[in-house]
Amino acid sequence: MSRWIIKGLKTGVVTTRYPRHTEDAPGVSPGLPRAMRPGEDAGDTLGYDCPTGALRHVDGRLVVERGRCVHCFRCVRNVAKPAPWEDGFEWTAIRDDGSRVPGAFQHSIYICVIDAGGCGACINEIKHLNNPYYNIHRLGFFITPTPRKADLLLVVGPVTDHMKVALQKTYDAMPTPKRVMAIGACAISGGVFGSGFVTGAGIADVLPVDVTIPGCPPPPLAILHGLLVLAGRKDAAQALAPSLKSTKKTAEAG
Amino acid sequence: MDIEELMSQARSMFPGAIERVVHSGKGGAEIQCRREALQRLCDWLFNQKNYHFSGLIVEEHPHNWQLRYLFTGPEILLVKTGAPLEEATFPSISEAVHAADWHEREAEDLYGLTFEGHPLLGDFILHDNAWQEGIAPMRNGFNPEVALANRLPNREWRPRRILTAPGAFIMPIGPVFGGATESVHFQLETTGEEVIRAFPRLFFKYRGVEKLAEGRKIDEALLLAERFAGNTAFAHALAFCLAVEQLADIKAPGRARILRIFFAELERLRHHLGVIAGICNSTGLVVAASQVAILEEEALRLAGGLAGHRYLFGLTVPGGLSLDMNDQACREVAVNAQDIIRRLDGIKNTLINTSSFMDRLEEVGMVTRDQARGFGLAGPVARASDYCNDLRRIQPYSGYESFDFKVPCETEGDGYARLRLFLAEAAQSARIMEQAVAALPPGAVFAPCEATAGQALAGVEAPCGGMWNWLRLDEYGTLERYHFLTPSFSNWHGFHLAVEYFTFQDFPIILATFGLSVAENDR
Repeated sequence: MSRWIIKGLKTGVVTTRYPRHTEDAPGVSPGLPRAMRPGEDAGDTLGYDCPTGALRHVDGRLVVERGRCVHCFRCVRNVAKPAPWEDGFEWTAIRDDGSRVPGAFQHSIYICVIDAGGCGACINEIKHLNNPYYNIHRLGFFITPTPRKADLLLVVGPVTDHMKVALQKTYDAMPTPKRVMAIGACAISGGVFGSGFVTGAGIADVLPVDVTIPGCPPPPLAILHGLLVLAGRKDAAQALAPSLKSTKKTAEAG
Repeated sequence: MDIEELMSQARSMFPGAIERVVHSGKGGAEIQCRREALQRLCDWLFNQKNYHFSGLIVEEHPHNWQLRYLFTGPEILLVKTGAPLEEATFPSISEAVHAADWHEREAEDLYGLTFEGHPLLGDFILHDNAWQEGIAPMRNGFNPEVALANRLPNREWRPRRILTAPGAFIMPIGPVFGGATESVHFQLETTGEEVIRAFPRLFFKYRGVEKLAEGRKIDEALLLAERFAGNTAFAHALAFCLAVEQLADIKAPGRARILRIFFAELERLRHHLGVIAGICNSTGLVVAASQVAILEEEALRLAGGLAGHRYLFGLTVPGGLSLDMNDQACREVAVNAQDIIRRLDGIKNTLINTSSFMDRLEEVGMVTRDQARGFGLAGPVARASDYCNDLRRIQPYSGYESFDFKVPCETEGDGYARLRLFLAEAAQSARIMEQAVAALPPGAVFAPCEATAGQALAGVEAPCGGMWNWLRLDEYGTLERYHFLTPSFSNWHGFHLAVEYFTFQDFPIILATFGLSVAENDR
């Protein structure tokens, strides 16, 4: 056992200096398209179709819906005029209806994670929150296997049909006060799967969403930012778009 | 043996069974077989000729069914049979070819086909406690855009029980369990200490990706191919692109082909590091898990820094890559990968001297070679049981034939053999990356790719094992049928073999040594 202790000590501290300082190591975040800044010319930036509708032209302006972006990079690679892109990872959006979301929990947050049909990348990034590079324990955040102890539910995936019951039961098993965080494009908007016969268009159809973290998958730092917003230690990037409403259709059985 | 000789043998053994043989490129053939003779021919190929069974591809055409059974070995054989639409009954081959068991269950659940002689059909992908039988969502005419109304689930559904010993019970685990895990449910039958029968109940994450892909353009389907299993996204996207390039009858430019190998190996390295970290974590060896997780994070950052995305999304496209790389940056990544392997070696040396860790892996979760072959296991899990199948070697693609690398193989088939295999393959990946940057030619990374109507089958060795993509394109450039044959599907099929007759404490460790992806299985 002592060998492991020595090995651990020898490795030194690799943990990010975020949130005290910024983190700009290469490869920590894929970035996201951003809205036009005043004075920038939208021009023909949309000579292509954004496959998930994250970018749209409205009255000559470029509108970005971050929760839909799946990082396909088609708007920046091999196009005449690339869409404006921003690095960074502080993308958290919160519900803004007067209810208390930022600073909902003051000190520590216990987190229950549920995979409602994700591709595995979001789950992997959540796992990495516990690796020494991010180490959320130092900030008072803990992943717990049981919803009974959890303050916060992290949901990934578009919500598949088979996971609906499990998702609802997990949510119901949590004590109040509780908050729900949608991680990634699928959980926010259905992502590449979208609303279909076995997939939903995000978790807003099933549970009340308080916080969303855009990205496909959002890098660990983006999720960490969301946790800090909930703990009142960082500000959210934006308010949640009101368009996050149910879009489910039904049809007669064939 | 070439196909001519194989077919003449088959013709003499099963007179009248084979109606037609169509040769395809790269030493493959499509063998049209009469429905009545299907069982015997498949039995012969699998049990006498030792072909690996890779999967079943079902297609519904306007007037008939077409079923293709994929056998791979030195040649790629598609045994094809058919029937008019109204005769949706086929003989089950799974008694002789056990690897076909789950494939037939899938076809029954999604297409409503019947396989005569199959012991257990129904309640597979669409759970019976959520959906009634007979929905068959993959049938033409089923609208995938809207949720099905008139749901009549079977409220009486109960888990299957085999164990009748006094005090026997089912220990349910999941679908939500243990921190951040993918959703899967296990029913473990036990009388107390030992897991005597294990049923993994999968498809909680069934997203109907194959159905969603139908009717979509290639560009849109690429997003699905890439993102249905994000941890191995590059390999899946590559298989899709190779299939499309077959239809366009082009090859990606040389530079793109080498870079694809470079990134595929970077992904394999990162995936294996994740599995190794998971194994350390499952035994409670937190320092080791953290040490390996550091390496995994570094591999993710290497990918993110070079290609713009930590999981390499959006990188490969039909015709090449979406982005050219700087040679020097690639060299640095290859050097960093070697550094990761060097540090991994240090961790490995400490691990094998940690007896509390080794006790949990050695002679735990054994899978024999016969079992691995019978269940059609793929990838590192199969190779740890001395069943060596690596598409990079037996069906080289994208230029792997010019690389010098080993396909590690182990004989014990226990948890430790699987750990050694993941370690050895990670080292080989770094070696291939080094060779790739040395061989990197100048030039374009993209060539225009105009796919024409037709069918294509492309395989790549994904990190979890060989995976095949079947593609049928119509004349308007939209997908008529898209089918994945994924390694996780076969490996989940055989997973229960490893956990049965071991104790509950061993279960999470065996699960970790399999390195299974739920998303890749569920689709």
